[in-house]
Parts: sequence; C-alpha cells; structure tokens
Amino acid sequence: MMRRLQLNRHSMFAIYRFEMMRFRRTLWQSLVAPVITTVLYFVVFGAAIGPRMGEIDGVGYGAFIVPGLIMLSVFTESLNNAAFGIHMPKFTGTIYEILSAPISAFEVVLAYVGAAATKSVLIGLIILATANLFAPIHIQNPAAMVVYLMLVAVAFSLAGFIIGIWARGFEELQFIPMLIVMPLTFLGGVFYSIDILPGLWRTLSLFNPIVYLVSGYRWTFYGSGDVSIGISLAVLLAFLTISLGIVWWIFRTGYRLKS
Amino acid sequence: MELREGEFDDFPMTPIISISQLNKTYASGLAALRNINLDIHQGEIFALLGPNGAGKTTLISIVCGIVTPDSGSVRVGGQDIIRDYRAARAMIGLVPQELHTDMFETVWDTVRFSRGLFGLPGNPAHIERLLRELSLWNKRKLEIMTLSGGMKRRVMIAKALAHEPRVLFLDEPTAGVDVELRRDMWALVRQLRDTGVTIILTTHYIEEAEEMADRIGVIRSGELMLVKPKAELMKTLGKRQLTLHLLEPLEKIPGELSAWNLALSNDGSVLEYTFNAGQEQTRVPALLRCVHELGIEFKDLSTCQSSLEDIFVTLVSERS
Repeated sequence: MMRRLQLNRHSMFAIYRFEMMRFRRTLWQSLVAPVITTVLYFVVFGAAIGPRMGEIDGVGYGAFIVPGLIMLSVFTESLNNAAFGIHMPKFTGTIYEILSAPISAFEVVLAYVGAAATKSVLIGLIILATANLFAPIHIQNPAAMVVYLMLVAVAFSLAGFIIGIWARGFEELQFIPMLIVMPLTFLGGVFYSIDILPGLWRTLSLFNPIVYLVSGYRWTFYGSGDVSIGISLAVLLAFLTISLGIVWWIFRTGYRLKS
Repeated sequence: MELREGEFDDFPMTPIISISQLNKTYASGLAALRNINLDIHQGEIFALLGPNGAGKTTLISIVCGIVTPDSGSVRVGGQDIIRDYRAARAMIGLVPQELHTDMFETVWDTVRFSRGLFGLPGNPAHIERLLRELSLWNKRKLEIMTLSGGMKRRVMIAKALAHEPRVLFLDEPTAGVDVELRRDMWALVRQLRDTGVTIILTTHYIEEAEEMADRIGVIRSGELMLVKPKAELMKTLGKRQLTLHLLEPLEKIPGELSAWNLALSNDGSVLEYTFNAGQEQTRVPALLRCVHELGIEFKDLSTCQSSLEDIFVTLVSERS
C-alpha cells in the first residue's frame, strides 16, 4: 500500500512564521535596503546613462535593465535570507530544537526555503513596482514572469540553505554570495545584452550560468533574450535539481548538522 | 554491562524509554557511550550522575535525535527514535544545558514557536498557564535578551513543556542558578512528576539527585556503572558512623573491642565505629555496653550517614 505523504504543517508553519517575523523585525535591513540599492542602480544606469544607450532589442535601456536588476536582488536576497535562516540557529545553538522536533528534513527545508523565497519574491515585486515609476514596463508574459521569479527564488534559497549549513562562520557565509554570485551577476548581462560583447567575451559569457537565468527572466518581460527560453529553463531546473540533491545528501549524512 | 533490573517495585514496569546496546564514538575517536542498556520507567524521576565528559549529554542527545548513534536502539513510549521519530520525538521535551534561545524574540513568541514546532496547533490557554506557573507571565512581552539568567532558564523549561511532553530531559537544570530558583525548580519537577511526566535529569549537584531522584544511574567514561533506586543505593552502598569523644585518650583499641570495626584517632581521643547503612543489626548497643564495662568514659557521641555524594565519589574513584 502506498504511504500517504503527511506533512507536519504545524511544525513547518512555526518555522515559516518565525522566519517571516525575523524579516519583519529587520524590515529596514531586509526590505528597504535592497530596494534603495536597486533604485540607486536604476537612477545611475537607467536614468543617467540610459538615454545615451539607445534601445536594445527594441526596448528602452531603462526598461531593459529592470529584469536583470530584479534578478540581482532576488539572487542575493534568496542566498542571504536562506543562509542566515539556517546558520543563525547553528550559531546560537537553537538548532537543537529543530533537530529534536518531530519534523522531517524535507519539511525543514520546505519551511526555511519557503520563507526565504517568499521574502525575495516580495522584494522582487516591490522592485518591479518601484522601477515602473522610472520607466514604463510592459510585461508580455506576466504569469511566466511570476512563476520564473518564484523558481529562481526557490533555487537560490536552496543554494543559500546549503551555504548556511556549510559555513562555519559569518565570513564563509558571505564568501559565495559576495565573491562568486555578485561578480557573475554583474557579468551575466544584467546591464547589457551579451550580443554587444566582442566574440571571445561573448563566448566566455556563455559559461556563466547567470547569463541564462537573467536572459530567461528578460524573455518573460519582452519575449526575447540573449539565449532561448528553453535553454534558460533547462539551466534553472538543473540548478534546482542539483541544489535539492545536495540538501538531500546533507540531511541524509547529517553533514555539519549532527555529530 | 547489563543493568535491566526486575527487582524495582516502586514504578510500573512498562519502560517509557528503553535503551539497548547503545554505542557512540565521535569522529575524534572519543568513545562517548559504550554498550548502554537502560530502561526508564514511566512517572519516575531518574538522575544520571557522572563526571564531566562521562557521556550524559551524548546519551540525552541521542534519545532526543540531536546526535546519531553508531549502533543500538532506543524506544520512547514503544516507538523507535529513528524509524518512528515523529511519534517518539513528540513525546519528549528537552531543556539543554546551555541557554540556547533567540535573544530577539519575546517570551510568548518563543514558547508558541516551540509548541508549533512540535506539531501542535496553537493553544494560548496552555501557554498562559505555563508562563504563569513559571512566573513568566509578566515577562511575556519582553525580548529574551532582557531577562536575567534565571528567567532565561525558566523560558527554556517553558519551551520544553510547550508541547505537553510525556518525558522531560533536564540537562544540568540548575547549573549556575541561585538557591531560590533551584528550590523552585525542584518543586516544579516534583509537580510535573505528579502529573505523570517522566523526568530524566543529569546533574553535577549530587544534592539535587539526593533530593529529587527516585532512581539513580552513574555513568563514567561512557559506561553505565550502576542503576539503582536511590533508597537502595543509599542503603547498600552508604555508610553510617558512630563517633565517641572520649574523656581520657586511649593508647590503643582494647582487644575486647576487636569484634567491631573501630578506628582510633591519632591523639587517642576519638573512637569511630563504621558500619553499613542498611545493616539491620548495628551492634551499637552491644558496643556501648562493652565500652561501659571496660570503664571507657566518653563526653559526647554523634552519628552520621554518608551522603549520595560520598557514595558517588567512592564509586567513581573505585572504578578509575
């Protein structure tokens, strides 16, 4: 007989609510700071430099950079929120309560990643609304835009969860988001189309997975991207699958969680 | 070492926790637990005594699911802690040794979180009752970081009791707390036991175990050395002593007194008779009669009984 999948919803909701309350407690740092940062990017790149850039793929430069800016925030916020979410209990010792609760590893991940993804989707949508004040944006595939945003948020939250468990201290916690993801994002076509790069740099850019993620999201807005939406989706799903696999391994082995 | 006792009559024989051949060696090579077999009976207060690094916290952590055992099995309320971990863990509350809490949360929120985390729907009435019993009701809106150490300890207990567990682990519950709070905690533990909660506590304070425990287990270097009802332990391993303060010092113990286990102090002014606490025929009256017949006069006499601490120290040092 097939065993019914029974989720411990009270336990999951307790973790989810705890994480969302942490978000509320640190509203300035969690919500206002990324929005202000993105607005500054928009003002500098979109409003000041944008008029001199002309159109890219038939889209004004100000509107062109919006999907990339949202992705930039969602990448960093998902990584940071999920990483801090699980790292803090490890750091303060309150992880004992999670480990001793009648909750499965899957449910723990679902709760932490769900909360981190919710926060970054919220931030992404707020940035979109703010950007709309600076440059009118017409979204061709609104449903695809929201689904894609959620998938990216979940994938990066999973990666953040892994970083949070892997990190032994706050320095390691910041290492991957700041020194790997941030540079790759800046070089991943947030502010430009890789088609305008010279041959070698364009080829090198194709090794950067962020290019595919940003391009896919831009496709949901304007119906075109640097690479086809199929490849972008494949990269996104591959990223999700790999992250899920690593999380599954962590809980199976107790890596840096259990003695 | 096999320590399942059938002669223990004070509690129903259904174990609420059953530990079988449990072993744990850490990656560092430290053998924290060696072949532990132990049954904890429903409704008892069980004290686990042992020096630092004996394996007390490892044992608790395995039962609670925080540490993975190398081999052996643990059942809580008949449920295997690995296969049926949901049912097993839902029955357990843990108050850890360290004050691990999210310092920025309020007392109310953190207790509510613990209840939800253990799979129960919100029950404000239960949380209110708990906070009132632990004198935390007036502090419910305060962030934990603003509380004193003693109050934080109470919060940890409230968190552990939020999901109404059948078994409560207290890992060094009164370490670093003042006398008043210690007394309050002892009262609380007894009160919990009266409601049917099984309590397992580890402690350095032998006085605490002596005051509260129904049964005592002594663990050393990962091995369970003995498990006995406290009264039996005191009776069989405890010593009593009769001390006579003599009016005139003796040079040596007279041969007529050789039938008793006597010791004379260096200056000859104190005569001590040591005997087992559980001995029914103490032979004290006969000794006193003989002393009188020998013309040995004493100005004072006193008796004392060894404490659990004396027994513990003897046990641990004997085996080392």
